[in-house]
Amino acid sequence: MRNLGPILTVVAAIVVIWYAGAVGLNAAWSKDQAARAGVELSFGEMVSQTLSQDRPKLPAPHQVAVELWQSTWVEETQGRRGLVRSGSLSNRSLVYHGWLTLSATLLGFAIGTGAGVLLAVGIVYNRAMDMSVMPWAIASQTIPILAIAPMIIVVLNSIGISGLLPKAIISAYLSFFPVVVGMVKGLRSPDAMQLDLLRTYSASGGQAFWKLRLPASMPYFFASLKVAIAASLVGAIVGELPVQQGGLGARLLAGSYYGQTAQIWAALFAAAALAAVLVGIVGVIQRRTLTRMGMAR
Amino acid sequence: MSYRDLKYGRTADMLLRMDGIFLPIACVVSAGWIDPSLGMIVAVWLGAWWVNAWIASYDMSITRLAAPVLFGATLLVLWEMAVRLYNIPSVILPAPSAIAARMAASPDILWADLVQTVFKGALSGYLIGCGAAVLTAIAIDRSPFLQRGLLPVGNFVAALPIVGVAPIMVMWFNFGWESKAAVVVIMIFFPMLVNTVEGLKATEAMQRDLMKTYSAGYWQTLFKLRLPAAMPFIFNGLKITTTLALIGAIVAEFFGSPVLGMGFRISTSIGLLELELVWAEIVVAAVVGSMFYGGVALLERMVTFWHPSQRG
Repeated sequence: MRNLGPILTVVAAIVVIWYAGAVGLNAAWSKDQAARAGVELSFGEMVSQTLSQDRPKLPAPHQVAVELWQSTWVEETQGRRGLVRSGSLSNRSLVYHGWLTLSATLLGFAIGTGAGVLLAVGIVYNRAMDMSVMPWAIASQTIPILAIAPMIIVVLNSIGISGLLPKAIISAYLSFFPVVVGMVKGLRSPDAMQLDLLRTYSASGGQAFWKLRLPASMPYFFASLKVAIAASLVGAIVGELPVQQGGLGARLLAGSYYGQTAQIWAALFAAAALAAVLVGIVGVIQRRTLTRMGMAR
Repeated sequence: MSYRDLKYGRTADMLLRMDGIFLPIACVVSAGWIDPSLGMIVAVWLGAWWVNAWIASYDMSITRLAAPVLFGATLLVLWEMAVRLYNIPSVILPAPSAIAARMAASPDILWADLVQTVFKGALSGYLIGCGAAVLTAIAIDRSPFLQRGLLPVGNFVAALPIVGVAPIMVMWFNFGWESKAAVVVIMIFFPMLVNTVEGLKATEAMQRDLMKTYSAGYWQTLFKLRLPAAMPFIFNGLKITTTLALIGAIVAEFFGSPVLGMGFRISTSIGLLELELVWAEIVVAAVVGSMFYGGVALLERMVTFWHPSQRG
């Protein structure tokens, strides 16, 4: 909590800059309107107008907050298609779209992490696999994988697979490589001394894996999980761009088509909140697990 | 013991004893029994894997290179075989040969897209973003208060799906490469800032004291000691952000671009069912991404030749 003061200061500075930017970017439109109506704007009037436009270039923070509130709580409790009136989540609310994105993210994350751990075990125990697959796993981190996302979506869509799975595949693909690289490092982290000790106990290969290598890899595992879950979310959002079937990515694109800037920002903040919560949950599990294992720093 | 037990017992025994050769052959035969083409694919896969296992049992610099190359080549051959033997339509998965033919046929389109997306969008954004981040890090260097506030915020922002600002940037800076550069700047600013701030802390008290005994000023200490010492961290950031820069530039084009650019070509070629061109763009993106990373890594070797990780 020592950092709370500085953090709040920085956040406050960002909000102030944001308001200033909103006034600056939206001023042109307000002046234009005033000139057409033939009125002279005082500075105060101009500021208040720039912060309350319908389709501002940059919505002010409070406008985004209002939009977030409207498209979650208000839409679900009072909207015609909301949860209270219709019994199901409204397709105009961020809760619904956020859930679509979240489910694809989690499914992809689970697949990618599972496959990544399996491949890492294979790489650590099989020399041929290590020498032939590992360079590609490392090289693939330098490749903009996300560029393939729309193609996977459209191709899978054309052969009849749509909905959750294509997005989850992209998420899985993005979260796969960080886990592989991290886990290989982790499974190799026990040093020769520790491995020798197990040999003096005449431990079998399986025992060495379960009792030494796997526990030793946990710090690396969680570090790569944090990267992987953030990457999964980005993958799911980008996966929603080409085929408009809901989700935060679809909201972003729809907002940009119709010039609904507040909607874009609200979707962006919902995505940010989702990312923060997901990374936070992984962080909590990490701290708990490592503390119980006596590995917390 | 009945005859049947004996028979099956023997088969199992044989399986166990001869698994070195028997198991692969059994796989191929059973796969070929299900489907002849599948049998051929499995045979090629196992044959290549066997060669690879043999190569990998020698540890020389040539085998370190040969194993991954052979693995990649095997995947390409299997891909080609699968497409040809099963007549997979090119609108779903084009064969590598078709992709290569397409790359050879339209180098001018690929080059124009490359210039638009990488040189104009990604590279300019990369230079501006990295420059701004390093300057910001130096600017807040003297204020521990700001650092304590900015670092957690920076770490937080680095985990966010920032690609999402792409539609906003396209709205502000129009469809040209400027909006792509803006997305790239925002994406790479915070990872770069965090790395640079960490790097500027990397000197030891002893080293800083030495500079003080030379009566070096703040700026002299910064340029002669702390910036060079920060280079490994700065280059770490520079390497991470190469991929981010390309991703940002390509994804931003999905939200609107002039009629060229890699992201534009990918999204429109999918609509036209020209999957060969899409794959050609992806190959270019992969090669350029690796070269970009490799170039920065090479620069790192030259600048931080003194660091233990480079001398090993």
